[in-house]
Amino acid sequence: MSQTSLANLRADLSIIQQWVQPNSQVLDLGCGEGQLLHYLQEHKNVRGYGLEINPDNISACIANGINVIEQDLNEGLSNYKDNSIDTVIMTQALQAVERPDALLDEMLRIGDEAIVTFPNFGHWRTRLYLALKGRMPMSETLPHAWYNTPNIHLCTVADFEALCAEKHIRILRKTVLDDHHQEHWSINFWPALLGEIAIYHLTRRR
Amino acid sequence: MPEVIPDDSVGLVTPQQFHSDVPLTLRSGRVLPEYDLVYETYGELNAERSNAILLCHALSGDHHAAGYHHMDDAKPGWWDNAIGPGKPIDTSQFFIVSLNNLGGCSGSTGPVSPNPETGKPYGPDFPIVAVRDWVASQAQLADHLGIQQWAAVVGGSLGGMQVIRWSIQFPERLRHAVVIASASKLSAQNIAFNEVARQAIAKDPDFHDGNYLEHNTIPKVGLTQARMLGHLTYLSDDAMRQKFGRELREGKLNYSFSPEFQVESYLHYQGEKFSTRFDANTYMLMTKALDYFDPAGDYDNDLVKCLSQAHCHFLVVSFTSDWRFAPERSEEIVNALIEADKNVSYACIDSDGGHDAFLLPSARYHQVLRAYMGRIANDVEKHS
Repeated sequence: MSQTSLANLRADLSIIQQWVQPNSQVLDLGCGEGQLLHYLQEHKNVRGYGLEINPDNISACIANGINVIEQDLNEGLSNYKDNSIDTVIMTQALQAVERPDALLDEMLRIGDEAIVTFPNFGHWRTRLYLALKGRMPMSETLPHAWYNTPNIHLCTVADFEALCAEKHIRILRKTVLDDHHQEHWSINFWPALLGEIAIYHLTRRR
Repeated sequence: MPEVIPDDSVGLVTPQQFHSDVPLTLRSGRVLPEYDLVYETYGELNAERSNAILLCHALSGDHHAAGYHHMDDAKPGWWDNAIGPGKPIDTSQFFIVSLNNLGGCSGSTGPVSPNPETGKPYGPDFPIVAVRDWVASQAQLADHLGIQQWAAVVGGSLGGMQVIRWSIQFPERLRHAVVIASASKLSAQNIAFNEVARQAIAKDPDFHDGNYLEHNTIPKVGLTQARMLGHLTYLSDDAMRQKFGRELREGKLNYSFSPEFQVESYLHYQGEKFSTRFDANTYMLMTKALDYFDPAGDYDNDLVKCLSQAHCHFLVVSFTSDWRFAPERSEEIVNALIEADKNVSYACIDSDGGHDAFLLPSARYHQVLRAYMGRIANDVEKHS
């Protein structure tokens, strides 16, 4: 992974990296094998830590020179001080944690800004699947059956924005990726319906 | 006893000796005018002298970490499962230095060595050495070997404390610190265990206030009890249940006070074996070094401020069933390092091995160790 280029960075990660300030510090919750951190480290001089619980991912991070901390997001982040990190990032994990709302609060307690991505349950295909089949929607993005899915708190773009409003969290910017995981101009006409993956940049700063 | 030396063994090794004439002023204020350190090395030092790894031993360890001294040795060194060609600490990539610490009883200057002032063994007069004193003497050894900067300093338990101390005492002299199953200071419970062990030794009539060698005896009973206590705290409840359960030696109750359960005879065996190989004064000293260790003490009891001195990268490893050096103790170190803005990775290995897990070859533990050492090897290449 010594030459992580933009081309082989996952689509949502290549958008996120643009939103992270150079020379800043990030915390990546559920960092996987550390692709994003590695890219940010190499190209934007960003310093950071990844949190992860999967043993193979942890070893991959270690081997690649990524700072990785074995820590379960469901057990809280109380070991991180208020405003100690510039940007706290969580990609595709919000829907899988026990209390997404509490974690969102924690992210913005620790970080000045937060970046969150999640699968949009309001995507037209998901809506159609439920409407026509009467079954819990499954797709490439949501491949699990209802009984064994790790995605226990799925939400739509509208749900998420309602939560942010309730918590007085300011949305700095947002975008969605279509079902080919591309950021295409056309989907911005109706992101709540056409976006399969939602990406939000948040802050509590006024 | 190996019939043939396995391919992934460092093979037969010969301990070497380093003599220092430079007086060492100890934390206690006392001075060791001269001393010897016995050590072993595995692998080859590269031309740039950039691939050296210092290995720090724990309470009852010594310099013999890998390989065999003789073809008829019953067992290899204490961390042979991790050190060798192709093993997690790969001797085809690194030059590993493993020593017996000052105050030890395996060849380095300690209580059984002659006191140059009296010609008799130091015995209880050997000064109480602190972790920082060991680190200072290890730096002397590094100078002697021509190693300006270690690629890594590695240690578990009390060895991990030496690693932490290295990172703040000689921040420029190491690039990586590997701190395994350790703590930034002992808890009251831990100190209490050590005190019970020391009292078991001190109250043995054969201890003679530490002058047992002059009486041609050793405090075997006290040392056995100390080790039995220590040993059982290094195991987990689950591991003991699995290994012994309530199994009886003779399959029936004898209604006597002699050992009847397998676990009892196991502890007796371990204790007795230890009592004949280990020096009682060394045991007293080593446990004191553990109790005294608290590097944050010099920095307003602020571990963040303390670890801010470090320049190296850290790997911290703990084990789920280790209650003597619990994961929470490792996490205190990790959190302080994060707050101090240091590079750190942390793995908490699922294991039922208790504190002893840091010496056992569990797959995930070795995977983590291998990943980090591989990364250090890449750094070494960059340095070359």
